[in-house]
Amino acid sequence: MSKTPPPSPGPNMPHEDYLNATYGLKSWLLTTDHKRIALLYLGSVTVFFFIGGIFATLIRIHLLTPTGYLVTPETYNKLFTMHGVAMIFFFLIPSIPAVLGNFLIPLMIGAKDLAFPKINLLSWYIYLIGGSFVLYSFSTGGLDTGWTFYTPLSSVYSNSAVTPAVIGIFINGFSSILTGLNFIVTIHTMRAPGMTWFRLPLFVWSHYATSLVMVLGTPVVAITLLLAGLERMFHLGFFNPALGGDPILFQHLFWFYSHPAVYIMVLPAMGVVSEVIPTFARKPIFGYSFIAGSSIAIAVIGFLVWAHHMFVTGESTYAALTFSFLSYVVAIPSAVKVFNWTSTLYKGSISWDTPMVYALGFIGLFLIGGLTGLFLACLGLDIHIHDTYFVVAHFHYIMVGGAVMGYVGGLHFWWPKITGRLYPESLARTAAITLFVGFNLTFFPQFILGYMGMPRRYHTYPPEFQVLNVLSTAGASILALGYLLPMLYLMWSMRYGKVAGPNPWPATGLEWTTPSPPPTENFDVTPEVTWEPYDYKNRPDLGLTAGAPSPAPAHGDD
Amino acid sequence: MQSQLPLYPEQASNFAPQVDNLMLFITLICLFFGVAITAAIVIFFFKFHRKQPNAVGVPILGDMRLETAWLVIPLLLAMAMFGWGAVVYVDYRHAPQDTLDIYVIGKQWMWKAQQPSGLREINELHVPVGRNVRLIMASEDVIHDFFVPAFRVKMDVVPGHYNTMWFRPTKPGRYHFFCSQYCGTNHALMGGWVTVMEPSEYAAWLSGSSGQGDPVVAGEKLFVERACSTCHSPDGTGRAPSLNGLYGSQVSLADGTTVVADDAYIRESILQPNAKIVARYQPLMPTYQGQLTEEQILALIAYIKSLQSQPAPASGK
Repeated sequence: MSKTPPPSPGPNMPHEDYLNATYGLKSWLLTTDHKRIALLYLGSVTVFFFIGGIFATLIRIHLLTPTGYLVTPETYNKLFTMHGVAMIFFFLIPSIPAVLGNFLIPLMIGAKDLAFPKINLLSWYIYLIGGSFVLYSFSTGGLDTGWTFYTPLSSVYSNSAVTPAVIGIFINGFSSILTGLNFIVTIHTMRAPGMTWFRLPLFVWSHYATSLVMVLGTPVVAITLLLAGLERMFHLGFFNPALGGDPILFQHLFWFYSHPAVYIMVLPAMGVVSEVIPTFARKPIFGYSFIAGSSIAIAVIGFLVWAHHMFVTGESTYAALTFSFLSYVVAIPSAVKVFNWTSTLYKGSISWDTPMVYALGFIGLFLIGGLTGLFLACLGLDIHIHDTYFVVAHFHYIMVGGAVMGYVGGLHFWWPKITGRLYPESLARTAAITLFVGFNLTFFPQFILGYMGMPRRYHTYPPEFQVLNVLSTAGASILALGYLLPMLYLMWSMRYGKVAGPNPWPATGLEWTTPSPPPTENFDVTPEVTWEPYDYKNRPDLGLTAGAPSPAPAHGDD
Repeated sequence: MQSQLPLYPEQASNFAPQVDNLMLFITLICLFFGVAITAAIVIFFFKFHRKQPNAVGVPILGDMRLETAWLVIPLLLAMAMFGWGAVVYVDYRHAPQDTLDIYVIGKQWMWKAQQPSGLREINELHVPVGRNVRLIMASEDVIHDFFVPAFRVKMDVVPGHYNTMWFRPTKPGRYHFFCSQYCGTNHALMGGWVTVMEPSEYAAWLSGSSGQGDPVVAGEKLFVERACSTCHSPDGTGRAPSLNGLYGSQVSLADGTTVVADDAYIRESILQPNAKIVARYQPLMPTYQGQLTEEQILALIAYIKSLQSQPAPASGK
């Protein structure tokens, strides 16, 4: 091979990197380096995850008994609303794209930065401003509309601080739009020589699809919430029937974004899994073009299924039939991904490193989340399980089981790249398994609760539902442990972890050809790509192929 | 019959076995795929576990036949789920002709029901076993949802709309109903009990607690009080159309279209009289938006319904 990547400096060779290039608070707050902005996002989404997590903990403790002694009904309603708003708009939607996507997309395509570095920083500040409005709402009266803000409850009847919350989410929408725009332009125009579309890592493909949804969908929810806010503040009749509006219109507009928003959360996680599996099976991914194409198919068809949230609103039978049909169609590209990931394992050289445990955990949980979507898409079944705990379980399997497993797994996978350090492997693997077990114990009983008929958003429930609720709360305590562990040892590893070297796994992506942590400019020399994605056979620089000198991977099994 | 940890609620309506069968069908398909994929992952995981630290996997880029198979087979199965689900849903959304109509009103945070006899209940609903029951539902404030797990049916109750749901109770007993659309502070307390009774008991129950006001009588009183009768004279000579024989008939509109005079049409004509103007009449009627409660509107509709059997005046003036 004449054009292999340039040899990387040794793991212990000192080099200037993006972390030690400049110092001081100002150098962080005014940075335009996509890697530093990613870390700013990492810090801020973690804060919101923590806030949302505290709300979730209180909810689960309250539900231990049928009458619920911990909080009043008003407080309970605020807890689940604020849990949803914090987690969805300020943690899940930005998590993988704004942290990992921001950090990795330029590195993966061989660029120095995103196309618009200043706009990238701007989007973080917009996120902070939006987040401040929402925290202001939480701390001055709270929010009790449900994260779905259904009218006329939110626009007329609620006594809580709805207005600052919808303003905050409206503002935050621009952060999402700008990030999406930045990714699209970057992926189109800044790929290194030789990095053709079909050599792009699947992580980049999934972020491309995600960005399309962000740019096309977010304006709709932003305007919708603004209309609800205007109705609340100035009594303009958009949704309130007493003023000539239609409450169902709100639901159409809201779900036009908020269903595709689920794909904003899970597509990037699928991207993470598509990187992790070939790396730890050490072989090319099975059906590359089908996985890439299915991301685009999900993004496009995902825009045409929104009214499946509305089968029991009285919408026309024809609309219900259409949306049920399309919801089944959108399930197919997700199924294709699962089949391809599974097939990739066949005849691999599989290791049990932590990211792989997360990736396989993702497949298991996403499988359950996806398959239970088939129950909800079924018109005849939805008339029973709609708005019950079955729905709660389903979307937590997708959004927590799927998106968060992907996010935490991705953090582990790229942690050595981000920090230059390795985390303690066996502790990390234990945490991953704890998460998987805790998650299932928390949410699986909720499927049964839902089918038994327990409606969602209930601060008190008939005693026959108690056993399953206690199980769920028990699981949640294990789950909480599973989240706390990585927070602690990842922070510990930043200082005390083993030095990782540029490519500890080793993996095939461009981001692994540059030192860890990468220099501010990402690459000393603009890389040229001459190899196909996830190709282990023709990469002697990885030190794996037969005959090549074989330094043991810095991070083998133990 | 129910164990300590039951997996499904009692089956007490015509829809319950249908929904449970659908559930079983989809569960079995999903269980098959779930187990097959999990088994494949676990087997591959152990069988192809890395033995040499430097070993790489066998590069397999893909297989067109496999890709086609797992596009087409899941799609066919999905279409089967869609089709079966659609059949149940279409049945649910189209009530049979011979229903016992009960009006239900949701408001923060209680349910009011009114039997055809005028008997009113709060957070209780009594229905006879074996009869097709149709609930015609309205909301006084926000969106609610009437959900009876033992019947496997629910429907949102939306302000400004009439939504209907129907079921045929199949088993006497008392069953929970819930509000399942979040509606504010005491959403979780907005529930009650459906009592399914033998027809003879139901009849006795109805007669044993009568005299709470026949809605037709109440509606007739309103019809005069609110001066509806000054224009809507029965013989068709007034400034507004006669309402005799109106309910369920085809009404020709000024814009040349026709509309069926159902509950929703009558409600709209009371609240927004100019939305649909009857052919050959002037848009003179004032709006009653905000001047009538949902219960009063229902009483007016009940009265107009009672005129269904009255002779309609010959068309044309």
